Amino acid sequence: MAKIKFKLNGEIKELDTDPSRRLLDVLRDDFNLTGPKEGCGEGECGACAVLMNKEIVNSCSVPLANVLNKEIITIEGFSKTKRYQVIKDSFAKAGGVQCGFCTPGMIIATESLLNKNPHPNEFEIKIGLSGNLCRCTGYNLIIEAVKLAAEAGEGLW
Amino acid sequence: MVTSYIPLNLDECLKILSDKQVRIVAGGTDMLIQNRSHTSMPIGFKSDVCYISNIEELKKIYEDETFVYIGSVCSLEAIMESELVPELLKNTILEMASPAIRHTATLAGNIGNASPAGDSLVPLYLLDALVEKRSIKGVSKVALSDFITGVRKIDLEKDELITKVIIPKISFTKSYFKKVGPRLSDAISKLSFAGAYKLENDLVKDIRIAFGSVNVTVVRRRDLEERLIGKTKDEVKKMVSEIVDWYEEFIKPIDDQRSNKEYRKSISLKLLRSFIENIE
Ligand SMILES: Cc1cc2nc3c(=O)[nH]c(=O)nc-3n(C[C@H](O)[C@H](O)[C@H](O)COP(=O)(O)OP(=O)(O)OC[C@H]3O[C@@H](n4cnc5c(N)ncnc54)[C@H](O)[C@@H]3O)c2cc1C
Ligand code: FES
Ligand code: FES
Repeated sequence: MAKIKFKLNGEIKELDTDPSRRLLDVLRDDFNLTGPKEGCGEGECGACAVLMNKEIVNSCSVPLANVLNKEIITIEGFSKTKRYQVIKDSFAKAGGVQCGFCTPGMIIATESLLNKNPHPNEFEIKIGLSGNLCRCTGYNLIIEAVKLAAEAGEGLW
Repeated sequence: MVTSYIPLNLDECLKILSDKQVRIVAGGTDMLIQNRSHTSMPIGFKSDVCYISNIEELKKIYEDETFVYIGSVCSLEAIMESELVPELLKNTILEMASPAIRHTATLAGNIGNASPAGDSLVPLYLLDALVEKRSIKGVSKVALSDFITGVRKIDLEKDELITKVIIPKISFTKSYFKKVGPRLSDAISKLSFAGAYKLENDLVKDIRIAFGSVNVTVVRRRDLEERLIGKTKDEVKKMVSEIVDWYEEFIKPIDDQRSNKEYRKSISLKLLRSFIENIE
């Protein structure tokens, strides 16, 4: 057991728990944040993605110990922002959502990408989404959604 | 429950390594999968662990006249974004995993894992990288090629920590990295190749060739490289078939990938051939 302090969706949290728990389990079990999902549990699919210090990470592959003093934003926290609205609308417009299982991770990946590179070209978008698997859309619609978001959100990133 | 240590500085960490029996975890991208347990259960580590990712001293990238120093806790993404890091290594990292993994995984972790398929090892062998290791007793540097002693085997005492990866500054006329096949946990067809050379007035001043995933560790043969130094580029290009023959005996994909042995060997040698033919 150890005290782990970190910022979660804008609020400081302090947990007295086993630092060798996965961030994904802490988010889902202790905070009831079920936006991040367990797909593969091995870092391959991105369904569990969250932002750590503004960058995408797979919460299934991050031990809680490594979250100490960091800032975590899940899709729940991100959904309160203007940037989220733009990305969400673009996904809807482009038809980038079907079953929706991959969508929280895809949106987190889009934010992480645009935050670093507000005007990505198609190759950069593909790299930005390369850790997120989608079984439904065939990806082209999602790539389109990211392009739309970058245009519609001009000035936000 | 295993005990987790989370040192916040290097001295504290070295003391833990000296006093306790622990496994080191950096980004944890390899360690978590190797010790996977069940959903909602702690990671299934078999011994106590020491998490090093909060040690600020190990997050720096800097240079002096001869070397670039990469702190062992720098993420792959931070290394890729640094202006000090050689292009060859950056191009390799771009082909490793995904942004999410690169934000937490480390270069020292890729070395510590010592997998024959560790992608960064190929450019690092080519660049003559060194590993700095430290314990409470002191600090030492070893060539990466000596540090890795076999499949998943490294020359690291229980009280030692990799603190830096050190890369000599060398300028090449051209450097090249190629990875073949997807990286998935069960991916079978994969190999990598790196080549670099320096020309001066059409003379080959330096030439280096390294292969990954085709033997227990990276294959680099200085003796063969030396045979080419001092020749003109056209002489070297004319020797291409001979050069491919020299390397053939060292390209021995490991046995547990038997089904792909022939494929790997033939693609590796084709990459070598095309590298030599394209020297310009
Ligand atoms: C989805 C996914 C994709 C991947 N893709 C690739 C890929 O394309 N290419 C590739 O090569 N690898 C890949 N990997 C493997 C892995 O991400 C890399 O090997 C990574 O560089 C490991 O770094 P880490 O910091 O996460 O290591 P950890 O898991 O923390 O540690 C790995 C090993 O190194 C040791 N170690 C770590 N730091 C130190 C230190 N400072 N001193 C001493 N020992 C240390 C640990 O004890 C452990 O044995 C992938 C992994 C995943 C999950
Ligand atoms: S569940 Fe984390 S990457 Fe698939
Ligand atoms: S929409 Fe179903 S997995 Fe992507």
